[in-house]
Amino acid sequence: MGFQPSSEKRKLSLKKWMHRRSLSLLGFACLLVSFWTIPNLLAQTDSDRPVPILTGGAGYFTFVTAGQTQLDAQVNPVLLLPLGDRWLVESRAEFEGAFERPPGGGPYGGPVSKNLDYLQVDYIANPYLTITVGRFLTPFGIFNERLYPIWIRSLQQDPLILPISTGSSDGMMLRGGFPVSAKVNLNYAVYVSAVSTGHNNLESDRNLGGRLGVFLPGPGLEVGGSWQKLLQDERSEAFGFHFAWQLRKLPLNLHGEYARSNQGSGYWVDAAYRLNHVPFWQNTMRRLEVAGRAEQFFSGQINADEAEAIGLPGANTREGEFGLNYYLQDGLKVVASYGRQFSPDGNANLWTTGIAYRFAIPLGRVSAP
Amino acid sequence: MRLRITILLGVIALASVVGMASSPPKSVSPSAPVLRSSEDADAMRLEGERRFRANCGRCHAAPHKFPPRMMATIMRHMRVRATITDEDMRLVLYYMTQ
Repeated sequence: MGFQPSSEKRKLSLKKWMHRRSLSLLGFACLLVSFWTIPNLLAQTDSDRPVPILTGGAGYFTFVTAGQTQLDAQVNPVLLLPLGDRWLVESRAEFEGAFERPPGGGPYGGPVSKNLDYLQVDYIANPYLTITVGRFLTPFGIFNERLYPIWIRSLQQDPLILPISTGSSDGMMLRGGFPVSAKVNLNYAVYVSAVSTGHNNLESDRNLGGRLGVFLPGPGLEVGGSWQKLLQDERSEAFGFHFAWQLRKLPLNLHGEYARSNQGSGYWVDAAYRLNHVPFWQNTMRRLEVAGRAEQFFSGQINADEAEAIGLPGANTREGEFGLNYYLQDGLKVVASYGRQFSPDGNANLWTTGIAYRFAIPLGRVSAP
Repeated sequence: MRLRITILLGVIALASVVGMASSPPKSVSPSAPVLRSSEDADAMRLEGERRFRANCGRCHAAPHKFPPRMMATIMRHMRVRATITDEDMRLVLYYMTQ
């Protein structure tokens, strides 16, 4: 252990205390809301009253990167607790074991990580506004909030630029979606993250930002942009663009994002095509999805070690990936993919195989008494 | 200090939100629209299916239908997560529970 001046020690312990204190306050606030609104819940008698649900995803994957095999098992439970007409308490945790053989051989081993992705209280104030308080997924781009769950994503590898300005935030958010005309819907999210914590399971930064999206239901196209200002350290800014396009005449979904910050910049575009219309082996083909992704990352102003510490590549990187998903039944799919990564640090093959499952369990009676 | 002030403001905002909720609410939860005929019901179902494909299908494959009380919770979650409009949510819920 190295020598630290006592004033610095005091600063560090004060900082730790403040982190703990702010997290306790946040937890207390969530509990307060839950207890305050439980009478509302009990007063409801509708037969279609929302019921609490435990849902989420579980999966097991084998990732082989440049010949190195990693066995990955994960469970991501999501708890949804509706309260009264306007409230929802929702939370997602992530338990992930990533096991590898040690250099020189031996049995597989490795860490099991536990993270709280979000624990938020949502208040639906009116058709245009929902107020969220607590720990929430940072609404920067679309992958982090909408496409991240393993049962949703069409390829199991994360996009290279995912660590840019995403993750979780602790604070408050205003968001909503509403039609501005018969052919155009607008959606927005603005947030402030008030807590900076480096705690292993609860990482977040102090920042503020927003996202604006325009959805055209006719062509099935959504385009939007995100912005974020860091309120600590180098106080840098980040911005990005996204699109999602579901073609009308083909079972083809396209998604893409661009992001830029001092940590780096880049883009990804992916396509998923469900083989519903193939005229042969229809029983098999309608369960099959073909997916592909092209992406590129450009290093930013941070060095390679700092980039790798936050999950970004250490050098400029290009990647292409192609995969097949077979839906055994609703919410259960077998996946396989191959990708090739090109980087000055060395090119690599990326193989993925695995199975992903989505579960949904009611925590109460689902039929009227 | 600034951190504590921000947390305090957050708690005050939360308390205000709770206060607002304790007043008698005008319902914002989804409910089945009043229908005059079976043609209305069919039209609603078709429109609900169209909205389902437009909103939900952008990100994931169609799930099987859950019981109405589960669907009500899932739709509230998706309203927040995917910023679905109020009208779309009602129509999708109608389609998914019929």
